[in-house]
Amino acid sequence: MAQFRTHTLSNGLRVAAEIDHRCYSTAIGYFVHAGARNETDRESGLSHFLEHMMFKGTATRTAADVNRQLDELGGNSNAYTSEEQTVYYATVLPKFQDRLVDLLTDMLSPSLAKDDFDTERQVILEEIAKYEDQPPFGAFERVMEIYYGPRGLGRRVLGTKESIESMRVEAMQDFFNRRYRPENIVMAATGNVDFDGLIASLETLTQSWPDRPKPAAPPSDDPSSLPEGIAIDANLEIEDASQAYLVRIHRGPSMASEDRYASRILASILGDEGGSRLFWELIDTGRAETATAWPQEFADSGAWFSYLVCEPEKLKSNAKLMEGVMTRTANDGVTTEELEQAKNKAMARCIMQSERPSNRLFSVGSRYLTQQNYVSTDELLERFKSIDEQMIGRVAKEYLLESPTQVIASATSVEA
Amino acid sequence: MSTTTSTTEDIRIRTLDNGIVVAVQSMPWLRTAAFSLCLRGGVNAESQSNAGLASMVCEMVERGAGEYSSRDLVAVQDNLGMDRSSNVATSTVSFGAAMPAESLQPALAIYADIVRRPHLPSDQLEDARLMAMQELRAIEDEPTQRVMLRLRKLQYGERLGRSQQGTQPSIMAITQDDVREFYTEHYHAGGAILAVAGKLNPDDVFSWAAEQFGDWKMGQVVPAAEMTGKPSYEHIESPSSQTHIGFSFNAIPFGHPDYFKMRAAVGILSDGMSSRLFDRVREQRGLCYTVSAGCQSLEKVGAVFGYAGTTPERAQQTLDVTLGEFARLTEDLTVDELDRWKVRIQSNLIMEQESSASRSSSIVSDFFQIGRVYSMVELENIIESLTLSEIADYWNSHQPKDFRIVTLGPDPLKA
Repeated sequence: MAQFRTHTLSNGLRVAAEIDHRCYSTAIGYFVHAGARNETDRESGLSHFLEHMMFKGTATRTAADVNRQLDELGGNSNAYTSEEQTVYYATVLPKFQDRLVDLLTDMLSPSLAKDDFDTERQVILEEIAKYEDQPPFGAFERVMEIYYGPRGLGRRVLGTKESIESMRVEAMQDFFNRRYRPENIVMAATGNVDFDGLIASLETLTQSWPDRPKPAAPPSDDPSSLPEGIAIDANLEIEDASQAYLVRIHRGPSMASEDRYASRILASILGDEGGSRLFWELIDTGRAETATAWPQEFADSGAWFSYLVCEPEKLKSNAKLMEGVMTRTANDGVTTEELEQAKNKAMARCIMQSERPSNRLFSVGSRYLTQQNYVSTDELLERFKSIDEQMIGRVAKEYLLESPTQVIASATSVEA
Repeated sequence: MSTTTSTTEDIRIRTLDNGIVVAVQSMPWLRTAAFSLCLRGGVNAESQSNAGLASMVCEMVERGAGEYSSRDLVAVQDNLGMDRSSNVATSTVSFGAAMPAESLQPALAIYADIVRRPHLPSDQLEDARLMAMQELRAIEDEPTQRVMLRLRKLQYGERLGRSQQGTQPSIMAITQDDVREFYTEHYHAGGAILAVAGKLNPDDVFSWAAEQFGDWKMGQVVPAAEMTGKPSYEHIESPSSQTHIGFSFNAIPFGHPDYFKMRAAVGILSDGMSSRLFDRVREQRGLCYTVSAGCQSLEKVGAVFGYAGTTPERAQQTLDVTLGEFARLTEDLTVDELDRWKVRIQSNLIMEQESSASRSSSIVSDFFQIGRVYSMVELENIIESLTLSEIADYWNSHQPKDFRIVTLGPDPLKA
């Protein structure tokens, strides 16, 4: 049985751990409250760019040292940036816990040297170019920009080519000092964790973090303008695309909402790959390549996405079928059999995920950072178990009848 | 029931009278179990003209079997909590699932229905065909996949390198008779392997396996096609933002006595953030976001495949620097690089014990390639005993050459 423990260090850094000494591995991650929604126009893409720069060396380690030492610990390490957080993590054998904590903690005091910054700028531009070539060719970013506006949750995580090309290292240093403060950070650990050892090392290793300078807030954006490099046209013309891509978004439950568990089950009944209402209507019949829907939870807001991929000439008729499925579900609810099936599937998935500390790390860390609380695997199982048809019916009526914002990416102009 | 029994650590293997191999590993610390069932109905079993048929049959067997309709099958598997997958490869088709341990027995019975008693409903053939066409169109929009699929054909030759998706004309031409005939000839116990791992009692699993598969018909395995690939360069013109570069060369398959020497060399080049390609192509020069290489093993042959994606103006330099690292590997090899690679592999081996699904698929792949299963200790010993000079000697006497290269982007490169 896993044990949950928390501790707040004297400098304000919070530690949250789900400990199970039967595990073969230890997963550890820093969850930093720094994401695209915390950026201004001129800082667009900085959280993510900074994530790359954390691997570029510190006062005591070169970039090569950082990468080499991460590899010396075996296991898997990486980082990612979202609208709301930046996460640095690794899964290692328990015997490497101290070395990993020492390394990750040092990485979070990066050198941010000018020449490394300029080299890494090229890598970021390559990353932007890479996603431009991949379906759905920026349609998710575009629909968020239109729905939320191009700032806040609608700001794209990678930034734009323009914002990255004009980025200055001084802006990054200021952003770092503002966001990477102990009170903005959670260290999460799962699996075979030595919790007391972890707290003791962190007290020493992060002692100087509160001493970072406190730069003034950057000038605020002019809300009447569009940030450079941003367009909010609902049609993306992609030369050569053979399929058409339709993305829709409307209101959904947030990470704090009690509706979130019922919404996840509803989404499974509606859109799961391999057996759901949209699957039987559109995928099993070969009408579409993809037809699915899911809720995306943010800290204080939520969005329901639906996503359809098919031949351009079939987009209109398929979109109508998709709307029909959503409306019928909202009006008539779901059957007992569908509900039981979705619950059984969700609970089994929970149990399987719980076996790997690396899987649990992200839900434990993100939840503690944004909501200051913890949901154990057993509680999650109980939550799913208690969902009944009335709850699903209510959530379906609450969310599935909203009129959506939409974006279409295709070679020619098509309608949905 | 059993003709042979071999035991390696806690992996127990029996061959049933009809030839199907059952390999079982007990992992009592888990709450889950997983199985992987590998049959010889892969791309290799297709006729010359029937490209895509193996995938179509794999799709059709899951559209109703035994007492279940297509929808009943999904429902019963969801209710058992089975996280399932199926995959068509060059020589095999495999079906697998991970689940809470108590679902294992009924899950095996369901898969016996799927592979032994499918309905192959003719009124669903058109739906399956349209699905296959969707997949072909999806690939058209994925530049990396287009490059790597074309590269596979250049590496292995048109037949051995054939993709599982087929082509539009070949998919259009598939008939219900083709589906039935392929199923009848290639879904049988001959060459089949069932691997099961997780919280289980091996004796129970052997008796369930015998009950479900023990009287399955025997059949012939189609021998692997010959490798006919030759060195070449092809460019696919596209208005893409990046130039996508794929390259490959001949190597040895898993099971070859020198395999781990080669695997370590490629690992030093590409595994991890301090690997040569990541460090020298991306970190030091900022040439790309993605650059990687890996080993692939087919039945008798192996190859190394690599990929890099970069903006067109830097593509030539990216290709030159990347291939240069392959040529120069042994000039400055250090023991630290090898040690890091060893720790990585050893950590992964230990962590594999946290997942019944990854154990069952490793067991199947070991058995398919070498006719037995490596135990964790045995693999650890092989990895631990590798020396730098063995790796350098291997690489120097098998320098990468005869490259196959495919690029996709606005302009061709000099290759």
